[in-house]
Amino acid sequence: MNTLVYLIPIALVLGGLGLLAFLWAVRSGQYEDLEGASWRVLDEGDGRPQT
Amino acid sequence: MSCCAAGAATNLAAERAGQRLPSSEEIWLTSRALGGGLRQTDLSVPGVHCGACITTIEAALRERSEVERARVNLSTRRVSIVWKEEVAGKRSDPGELVRAVGERGYETHIFTPGEGEGDAVLKQLIRAVAVSGFAAANIMLLSVSVWSGADAATRDLFHWVSAMIAGPTLIYAGRFFYQSAWNALRHGRTNMDLPIALAVTLSYAMSLYETIGHGEHAWFDATVTLLFFLLIGRTLDHMMRGRARSAISGLARLSPRGATVLHADGSPEYRAVDEIEPGERLMIAAGERIPVDGCVVSGTSDLDRSVVNGESEPTPVSSGDAVEAGTLNLTGPLVLRATANARNSFLAEIMGLMEAAEGGRARYRRVADRAAQYYSPFVHLLALLTFIGWMLVEGDVRHAMLIAVAVLIITCPCALGLAVPVVQVVAAGRLFQGGVMVKDGSAMERLAEIDTVLLDKTGTLTVGRPRLVNAQHLAPDLLTMAAALAVHSRHPIATAIQDAAARVPPLAGEIREIPGAGIEAETADGVYRLGSRGFATGGVGVESRQSEACLSLDRRELACFRFEDRLRPATAGAIHALGGMGLAVEILSGDREPIVQALAAELGLENWKAGLSPRGKVEVCAAASRSGHKALMVGDGINDAPALRSAHVSMAPATAADVGRQAADFVFMHQALTAVPFAIETSRRAGRLIRQNFALAIGYNAIAVPIAILGYATPLVAAIAMSSSSLIVVANALRLAGTASPNTFGRREHIAPLQPSGSGL
Repeated sequence: MNTLVYLIPIALVLGGLGLLAFLWAVRSGQYEDLEGASWRVLDEGDGRPQT
Repeated sequence: MSCCAAGAATNLAAERAGQRLPSSEEIWLTSRALGGGLRQTDLSVPGVHCGACITTIEAALRERSEVERARVNLSTRRVSIVWKEEVAGKRSDPGELVRAVGERGYETHIFTPGEGEGDAVLKQLIRAVAVSGFAAANIMLLSVSVWSGADAATRDLFHWVSAMIAGPTLIYAGRFFYQSAWNALRHGRTNMDLPIALAVTLSYAMSLYETIGHGEHAWFDATVTLLFFLLIGRTLDHMMRGRARSAISGLARLSPRGATVLHADGSPEYRAVDEIEPGERLMIAAGERIPVDGCVVSGTSDLDRSVVNGESEPTPVSSGDAVEAGTLNLTGPLVLRATANARNSFLAEIMGLMEAAEGGRARYRRVADRAAQYYSPFVHLLALLTFIGWMLVEGDVRHAMLIAVAVLIITCPCALGLAVPVVQVVAAGRLFQGGVMVKDGSAMERLAEIDTVLLDKTGTLTVGRPRLVNAQHLAPDLLTMAAALAVHSRHPIATAIQDAAARVPPLAGEIREIPGAGIEAETADGVYRLGSRGFATGGVGVESRQSEACLSLDRRELACFRFEDRLRPATAGAIHALGGMGLAVEILSGDREPIVQALAAELGLENWKAGLSPRGKVEVCAAASRSGHKALMVGDGINDAPALRSAHVSMAPATAADVGRQAADFVFMHQALTAVPFAIETSRRAGRLIRQNFALAIGYNAIAVPIAILGYATPLVAAIAMSSSSLIVVANALRLAGTASPNTFGRREHIAPLQPSGSGL
């Protein structure tokens, strides 16, 4: 019983972090092009950040 | 890079074989102003399929000075380009952007903005799914420990934690159902959301009551899991819903803003189109659209009347001929006498037809809505009867209430809510892979019902553009010469010559275009003429079914170019496949009778109608639906747009006019007409799967409901029953994705045989 007092909040906080990470990923458009992203990681381009 | 090189080369060949590039004007009009002199254009590029394609297209665009940003989206096969309206004081030409992509070997179509862009509701739904998923996972974990035998104090603690997670989730994620249920109730109707809202609320309230009273069973996990599954269904359903389309505003753009009115004394005045009265004389320069219906007073020219009859081949007009508003004056200046004002002109009539024609779309009720109509009263009645029954048997309000809530939860349309949207999303994905874009999920349901296919001719059965057919018999230098002349004309035949020639050298000399006849150039060698036989050689023109153009030097014939509008690839096969599906096929064309008859005979079709006006096509659709038939209309032109709207369901090629694409329910990207039987086949299979899913959901209820009514449905039983039925329904829907169709149009394999017989390379 005593362990539950801190284990449950820890479980909830960790789950909540996952939820926040997902919401952030959706908001920043990371699910817009799943197929393209898997190809883009292989493209080194000219090494400079693209405008 | 290897996989793209071959594709790029053959795609380029397909391009030359008759892929029409969107015009600069069209791109400019459909682009979106972002402010600060920037505009955004979205192009659909069905040919991208790997990382090298992304790099190729983005690099080709970024090296242009007017391009600010360019990004390819591989999942949606789209590229969005942000470009500057002006570079160094010069208005930039968006047609160049399309050409830059086209030169790399990719076909492009304009993707009309607003189709699926910036959908706020979808974002809210996804957030709600995430929140309810989080809540469902946590509560389920707590519930599992309760079911595996936690002692009374721990159980109470877990129930309280669950209640605290479920409460806010109910308000945040459940609001979609509450709002929708409330809306339905306010209008005196019931819908699928009413039993959902009721079940969720009652089960939460009952569980809270149990928790306060240190009860053994709480339904928090069922409440939230229910919400989670239903929200997934709702989100998928939302993705498949058709959005409002602006076909009519696209038509309005065809009307010029104003025109030059000639007064009696010959003085010109530019006036807005609404202020032009019948009887006034108008000056129309080459390249302008006719603002109102009229009659030619003087001048000769070629008119692009595709708005009226769907034909790309221009009609020569001279004094005395009637012209319709919205047609494009191609070659020479004309003076018209207006015979109608803008409100009574041809374009206004088409817009009126479009507004009036709603056809099958408006009357059609989606399968899910029809199911909900019977389902929810039944569920409520069942729960109520259970409550009354247990009250009569035991007289214990609390127990009767618990069992009634269990019945509500068990019967909640979890699998039913997923049954339709999952199948539709999978089917739409399969269609997209095959090059067909679905604008509206209900269109697939309607497509599965059809028994008649109505096909437009030019642009649908055929590619809709003349193509040089005898290039291999011509000397390359003559073709180059002809192309050098042809660049000075907008006539489709001139464009076809340019397309066939590898390069176009500039021509020195005085060049002018003779309206309705051809092009003439005075050079050091003599006078070159390109045009009709009569114009080029001075001889008598021979009427032939094939259109042709002659190149002459000082009236001596050098070469004769023959043109033909060719069928879309695999048209005969597609029509055969449609016949095999038991569908009646008919051609509806605005073209002349002998041409339509010849084509129908070639394709082995008995039913055809020629010389139809836009109104005539609508009437054919209306007559079909009056006699109990459900028709699919396939068409591309502006003249087809009203019929596309009034038919039970409609399809357009991606090369169609913007208005046609907007009016249609499906748009197919590749050239082959096999997209039509492919879409019908997929829709029919989707329809079958939806019915199977309904059967599965009902079968599940038939087993689970008696258990619930008899009072044996504990939270554990409910959790297992609900999740398993949903999973079965989803798994059944996924069967559609795995199978290949004989009608699928392969991306590259099929393009090779389409190479033009001689592209002059």
